[in-house]
Amino acid sequence: MEQVKVMSTKVSPFGMSVLIGLEEKGVKYEYQEEDLLTKKSDLLLQMNPVHKKVPVLIHNGKPICESLIILQYIDEVWNFNQFLPSMPYERATARFWADFANKFYESVAPIVKSKGEDQEQGKRNLLERLQLLEGALKEMSAGGSLPFFSGKDFGFLDIVFIPYASFFHAFETIGNFKIPFESEYPLLDAWVKRCIERDSVKKVLPSFDKVLEVALHLRKKVLVD
Amino acid sequence: MEEELKVLGAWASPYSVRVQIALDLKGINYTLYEQDLINKSQLLLQSNPVHKKIPALIHNGKAISESLIILQYIDETWPAVPLLPKHPYERAVALFWAAFTDDKFSLSFRDICRTQGEKQEKCIKETVANMLVLEEALKGRPFFGGESVGYVDIVLGCRAVWIQVCEEIGGVKLIDPHNTPFLYAWVQRFRNLDCVKKWLPDFDKLLSYAYMVRNYFLQQ
Repeated sequence: MEQVKVMSTKVSPFGMSVLIGLEEKGVKYEYQEEDLLTKKSDLLLQMNPVHKKVPVLIHNGKPICESLIILQYIDEVWNFNQFLPSMPYERATARFWADFANKFYESVAPIVKSKGEDQEQGKRNLLERLQLLEGALKEMSAGGSLPFFSGKDFGFLDIVFIPYASFFHAFETIGNFKIPFESEYPLLDAWVKRCIERDSVKKVLPSFDKVLEVALHLRKKVLVD
Repeated sequence: MEEELKVLGAWASPYSVRVQIALDLKGINYTLYEQDLINKSQLLLQSNPVHKKIPALIHNGKAISESLIILQYIDETWPAVPLLPKHPYERAVALFWAAFTDDKFSLSFRDICRTQGEKQEKCIKETVANMLVLEEALKGRPFFGGESVGYVDIVLGCRAVWIQVCEEIGGVKLIDPHNTPFLYAWVQRFRNLDCVKKWLPDFDKLLSYAYMVRNYFLQQ
């Protein structure tokens, strides 16, 4: 019998991708919440000794780390309803944008963790990246005629990026601005609304208020230290 | 249809060198276009409009960028002489170590070469510690790929001359027979491969280049 365990935190977008991936494949798993600020569990330190980070997937006792690597692993082991496209060029395109989406958090984290000019730069980074993603979505969805980044079906890039949707409310509140979705990123806006109706996404994504609460807590801690 | 394969690269870039090594290892024909990284060509800007960086691989007119993504594309398109293991778990492990080396060394090597004093010391200390982690991961196998060269070997090995340059500029040994005997033997073995000898930059040329960049940044 397969034993699948995921170690993560409720608001890690990287962890959310992994959980959505498992839910989409219908894989039963055990979830262990990690408290990264207070004390990392012995299991985490044992399973990810190099980075000591979440998420970690443990499959029949063997650890796999780094969310994009974990997602590809899940896709290869449970090789039905594939996330990644079958052709090398389309796979490279999906990996390129997934890599871009994964670096997203670093560039926008100053909205939560900083003040003044640094925070303003974080906001500019967010809008710039949303612009690029809107462009990518336009191309990959054939001008909006297909529902997802992956085309007809919810796939790799959709799984990687949808967790960020749970952060937008926190960014707007803490950054004191409105992200111009309807006017500037209409395809992304429609895509987010479509994805958050999926069972896997509904189950995994934390509430926007929960994310705001965690973000405010982090901001308080970082700005004081 | 005849394949048309172009690589937009730069002699000093390990990211470019790794793509060239991979293609040569698989016996794939391509044309290399050395890029001017200051005055970027139209072709480069078109091929990688998001990041505007090398390397870019253009296969029958379609551009792929980001060196690790290019390597995976090459491995999937031309499966003979595989770089990545077939088994999903082993593949995940290889992808992990490749990402580790890039994550840890792209900035630290750059900073060893461009900084001095405390900042440089810190980078050196971290790099030495990370080399010990890799020593442990290699576990005395001939290559990270096992009996033959693979993905991790190429991703780390393309930095071989930069490692020597960092050692020279930093005044430290990063790979040596005493502290990292496995890595030391591995790097000699890797550098002995024909496809590697062809593309690794010449040490003196790279060192001059590195000093030029170092002087520029130290003056800032």
